[in-house]
Amino acid sequence: MPKVSFKEDLCKGCGLCVNACPKQIIELKKDVINKKGHSPAGITDQSKCIACAFCATMCPDCVITVEK
Amino acid sequence: MSEKVLMKGNEAIAEAAIRAGCRHYFGYPITPQTELAAYMAKRMPKIGGCFLQAESEIAAINMVYGVSSTGKRVMTSSSSPGVSLKQEGISYIAGADLPALIVNVQRGGPGLGGIQPSQSDYFQATKGGGHGDYHLIVLAPASVQEMADLTAKCFELADKYRMPSMLLADGTMGQMMEPVLLPEESDVTVEKPWALTGTKMQREHNIVNSLYLKPEELEKTNFDRYERYKQVEENEVMYEEFMMDDAEVCVVAFGIAARVSKNAVVEARKQGIKAGLLRPITLWPFPTQAVKKAAEHCKAFVSVELSMGQMIEDIKLASDCQRPVVLCNRAGGMIPSPEQVLESVKNVAGGKA
Amino acid sequence: MVVFEKPHALCDVPLHYCPGCTHGIVHRLVAEAIDELGIEGTAIGVAPVGCAVMAYDYFNCDMVEAAHGRAPAVATGIKRALPENIVFTYQGDGDLASIGMAETVHAATRNENITIIFINNAIYGMTGGQMAPTSLPGQVTQTSPYGRDVTTAGFPIKVSELLAALDGPSYIQRVAVNNVKNVKQAKKAIKKAFENQVQGKGFSLIEVVSSCPTNWGMTPQQALDWVEEKMIPYYPLGVYKDKTSEEGEK
Repeated sequence: MPKVSFKEDLCKGCGLCVNACPKQIIELKKDVINKKGHSPAGITDQSKCIACAFCATMCPDCVITVEK
Repeated sequence: MSEKVLMKGNEAIAEAAIRAGCRHYFGYPITPQTELAAYMAKRMPKIGGCFLQAESEIAAINMVYGVSSTGKRVMTSSSSPGVSLKQEGISYIAGADLPALIVNVQRGGPGLGGIQPSQSDYFQATKGGGHGDYHLIVLAPASVQEMADLTAKCFELADKYRMPSMLLADGTMGQMMEPVLLPEESDVTVEKPWALTGTKMQREHNIVNSLYLKPEELEKTNFDRYERYKQVEENEVMYEEFMMDDAEVCVVAFGIAARVSKNAVVEARKQGIKAGLLRPITLWPFPTQAVKKAAEHCKAFVSVELSMGQMIEDIKLASDCQRPVVLCNRAGGMIPSPEQVLESVKNVAGGKA
Repeated sequence: MVVFEKPHALCDVPLHYCPGCTHGIVHRLVAEAIDELGIEGTAIGVAPVGCAVMAYDYFNCDMVEAAHGRAPAVATGIKRALPENIVFTYQGDGDLASIGMAETVHAATRNENITIIFINNAIYGMTGGQMAPTSLPGQVTQTSPYGRDVTTAGFPIKVSELLAALDGPSYIQRVAVNNVKNVKQAKKAIKKAFENQVQGKGFSLIEVVSSCPTNWGMTPQQALDWVEEKMIPYYPLGVYKDKTSEEGEK
């Protein structure tokens, strides 16, 4: 079962993972502010994840771990 | 076994460096230190060492920085304009607390100046030279023998205090040939736990660096470094005194100027003037106590320099300006004659200071 | 099974870079290459002056901080002292192609057995967005406020093309990190650049066309689009020199 997890406190909310996701299941959580003051990225529908790791590939801050 | 050989000063430095365990040399051609690089180019490949003619003095000193960060003994040499170019790297070496030897076979300046001997880089050598608060250990040889001996000493002190050292010679010393007893091969190994060797996955990574963005931290590194400098000042001052016991006129000179001055002192004594010579061997740390002691019984100092008067300021500081200090100098590649020095000694002895 | 996580050679500390800065991606690619080749224990990195100045805090291997532009000279010294260690520099365009051009060209022409990772984002980032040697014609920066005028400021320097003209260097490739496909290509290139050194093949330089959203005045995604539309046409991707392959040089 594919699983994507985000270390939210490291996220700078740049959104590059959002654009990289082919399934369009990542978005910035506008209602959350992390320690750094950014709205971190998160996954909206884990069940649609195919563990392609495109999000992690484009993440400049090693926020994302992908498992399957 | 060591043997006495006839050598040029520049070559004596090179051979002494090799015997001190230096296996990495980086340089860039400039007169009048060329023989040093040529000697290294010939010898290093034969003993598994590295000679590299860098693209500039700037590159050469940064190669020195690289080797030094691995903990190995390393040196570069140049002459005045080239040493100016090295100042950036020297500041980084001092800031990262790395040992290294820089040889300056001085020539006349400023600018491109000339190629004849000079001592006009005294300020640059003894006051830091580049940006920031730091010192080099500066040794000034006055014979080919000392070119060899002090080269070994420079490496030893640099390792001991984790700071760059400079051998401050001049064109005369570099070109002069004299018999020299070469030092024995050194097999000293100094523990350098800070060196970059690769973590081998067995320790935290080492970082060699001079950047501290927090001013409190940067201040602390400066204070700590100056504590070490204090140790150097307490333990490592070297100088030679000649006929100083009852001297009334103290001639202060280093390097080639000291050799000229010694003749003048001998001549002055023949003429009934109680002159003596104080020859600093370490220019930094400066022999302050020796100057203070001389001020107790000498009525004046004569600073003999191949410059417009640089060391004279340190003599005034060391003696708290208790006695007059007069300058006897030539500049631009000219060397004072013993007669000129004698004239100055006679003038101050006669109260004309 | 974990298919993607932070590589070991990257320290477990937050990077100081701006949101969306591709330095983070390239740092990770370098660390992945080090991990995969098993060279963390022998690697020694040389950090530049510029945005990546604190790279010494980010890589788990031994690190040294060089003066601006001098990293290839420092790396030369380290490699000559420790030929069995893997020595790399990580430099930006101001550092490598402006103040450090002499050190770069001469390390290349000596075919020094080192690896250089060169970040080309067409601007000085750390000092706040001044014109770089690689800024594009017409590019507006703090010191080219009317756009880079090539009649007074000269033309951008194409580092890969320039170095490929030398007989010395072994491997020169330009890659980009503006999309997944290019990042994967960049990873391969960076790994090869380290592998070359492990195999004693000599000087390898990978030019990475990168972005600087903050100083370009764009969002992170806009900046990546600008890389695609403006940077890559001026700086075409590809292998510019390869003395390591049997086919010989391109």
